[in-house]
Amino acid sequence: MNFDFSEEQYLLRDQARKFLDDRSPPAAVRAVLEDEAIAYDQGLWRGMAELGWVGTTVPEEYGGAGLSGEDLCVIAEELGRTLAPTPFSSSVYLATEALLMAGSELQKQQYLPALAAGERIGCMAVSEGVGVANAASMQTLAIDGVIEGTKVPVADGDVADFAVVLAGPGGGGDPSLFLVDLDDHSVSRKPVEMIDPTRSHVEITFDKAGAEPLGEAGQGWTITRAVFDRAAILMAFEQVGGAQACLDMATEYARNRFAFGRAIGSFQAIKHKLADIYIATELARANAYYGAWALATDAPDLPTAAAAARVAASEAYNLAARENIQTHGGMGFTWEFDCHLYYRRAKLLSLALGGERLWKDRLVSHLEARNSGGEV
Amino acid sequence: MDFNDTPDEAEFRAEARAWLERNAEPKTPGAVYKYKRGEPELIPAARAWEAKKFEGGFAGIALPKEYGGRGETRLQQIIFAEEEADFLIPPPIFSISHGMAVPTMLTYATEEQKQRYVPATLRGDEIWCQLFSEPAGGSDLAGLRTRAVRDGDDWVINGQKIWTSGAHYADMAIMVTRSDPEAPKHKGLTYFFFDMKSPGIDIRPIRQISGYANFNEVFMTDLRIPDSQRLGDVGQGWQVAITTLMNERVSSGIRPAPDFEDIFALARTTELENGPAIADAAVREKLADWYIKAQGVKLIRARLMTALSRGERPGPENSVSKLVSSFRRQEIAHFGMDLLDMGGGIMDPEMAPMRAMYQQALLDAPGGRIAAGSDEILRNIISERVLGLPPDIRVDKELPFDQLPSGS
Repeated sequence: MNFDFSEEQYLLRDQARKFLDDRSPPAAVRAVLEDEAIAYDQGLWRGMAELGWVGTTVPEEYGGAGLSGEDLCVIAEELGRTLAPTPFSSSVYLATEALLMAGSELQKQQYLPALAAGERIGCMAVSEGVGVANAASMQTLAIDGVIEGTKVPVADGDVADFAVVLAGPGGGGDPSLFLVDLDDHSVSRKPVEMIDPTRSHVEITFDKAGAEPLGEAGQGWTITRAVFDRAAILMAFEQVGGAQACLDMATEYARNRFAFGRAIGSFQAIKHKLADIYIATELARANAYYGAWALATDAPDLPTAAAAARVAASEAYNLAARENIQTHGGMGFTWEFDCHLYYRRAKLLSLALGGERLWKDRLVSHLEARNSGGEV
Repeated sequence: MDFNDTPDEAEFRAEARAWLERNAEPKTPGAVYKYKRGEPELIPAARAWEAKKFEGGFAGIALPKEYGGRGETRLQQIIFAEEEADFLIPPPIFSISHGMAVPTMLTYATEEQKQRYVPATLRGDEIWCQLFSEPAGGSDLAGLRTRAVRDGDDWVINGQKIWTSGAHYADMAIMVTRSDPEAPKHKGLTYFFFDMKSPGIDIRPIRQISGYANFNEVFMTDLRIPDSQRLGDVGQGWQVAITTLMNERVSSGIRPAPDFEDIFALARTTELENGPAIADAAVREKLADWYIKAQGVKLIRARLMTALSRGERPGPENSVSKLVSSFRRQEIAHFGMDLLDMGGGIMDPEMAPMRAMYQQALLDAPGGRIAAGSDEILRNIISERVLGLPPDIRVDKELPFDQLPSGS
């Protein structure tokens, strides 16, 4: 039994923490929040690429570091802790993973080296507006090698060079995935105002855009779900990092803020609130660690582990972000204090791959299938 | 990360498993042991099970061989508890004896006393109870008032204890008393062990809402204890009591029933108005929440095992598991009964699913949230010892005990 990260992984974490404390302080996050012209922190992105983080799990033959999913989890937790305003999740957890999972040898050679180096950015376009995305309701269609339709919101769609697009064949058939060059003249992109402006999102309209199939035809939804499962584990680490940051902030504030002649952290009303955040965060961390193990070993249990990590981490981060504001009292809901940066990010991340309700349902479906010895 | 046992651990686990398969009945979802707590048949059955483990070499797994133990580590002890939890075994009648009395005796008793009491306890011959809580000292243990007065080679004890699990069947007891009421509250305590058959002891069972009486009030009138049965120095009772409490089950393998597997099984087999309960969105949402908590607790235990295997001491972080598990049990009991609708209130084990597990748990769960650290005390422990928040302002630490306000 060794349910912990390795010594090397702790070194990686220390390196990541030091780098991000230095390069992704609240001021850097605020710069993206407050200036609409800044989509992401380019200096930070380049720095992460130089450290090799962007290509962590990309095999060495395609220019990556060839490390395991566990290593990427270690980095993800630190990104979440510092709210790093970069397209990391879109390009690394989604586009890169989709190519690794479904790309042809040629596609891998063509895309992965630039992705791993951070020279090109990818994103994934699934959602078509408010409401649950599912295979039957896809309005975006790919017919005769061109795509028509609108995807919104697409995280990092404004800065990405290409998108992995889920599109149906028309006539209610099963959708497939396609690679689309976003610089194509038939693609238009419009910024969308989001709950968390530190992460840019756009509406992308494809007007007969040229599309290259990714993976088998008709397997788009299956591949998307598999990519989302893996991304859910990585995002759970971002969420755990964010929840821990909120808990640290609230604890620090409760120790130093005095009212009624004593530190507010000596009142049980505050203590018990913070204990509850700690509990939720530890349960999420435990589930996320299990997910990391499933990711690194490609365990058959991965979809269950992913859903459990996703649900636990979404609940923990939303709780921590909400109660962090409450602990800060009046200052907590000011623009000036950083609490709202986490509050926004917590909600955004818990929606990014589908909401909590959806993932809870998926979790129970996986458990049912496991219990009857079948697959979902 | 690696969830597999090391070769040594795997060998021990296989040996434990094989032994359990030969000696106990495997547990299926919803199955319960034949005797409940409170049923008189349970005590001899629990003694017999301990004796069997002793003969099989699985008693006192982490205790030295010279006192009847197996001489392995805490990790092996947890592995055995994990395996044991897959079988129908008696409720943990011996947890106080093994988890609290024995470690305290091993730390503070004389060599002769250790030889006399520890093997007998591990063999199931002697059951211990713990006389700590009092009407004026529950969560605030150091508020206790039972007086110990020195008289020659003996101490004379007068006072009342409460919430004493198993006093009515215990053979031996450990107890904290107040030997100096003029000292500040934590400094005037002295610790003893004694025979529960001694004259001057009156035991009155407390009937709980479940109808059972696991706990007792214990009245002591001029009870005499020889000074040779004092553990630790006079006035050092608080330090000895801390030793006892630190050893409170780090993590027993007993899973609180009903847990996730039970409610999952019930949801799969219960029909609601629009089909099976498992297909109902509200049910699925609850199941998901309980799964991540059950799984989280299991994985936190895996982290504990990792720490133990590296020779680290488990910290207060493990308060999380007890807090989460006891509350979840109450929630699941409520929800399981609700699924059964108007019939949910039926307690007849012949009629209610899983032999009325949910109904029984509804009545047992409130005690689970109080015993061995109430929800509130555990949240204090987490916030003070893990998060480092300041302690509550105390008005009782420095004053002589007999000058403290008592509200009466």
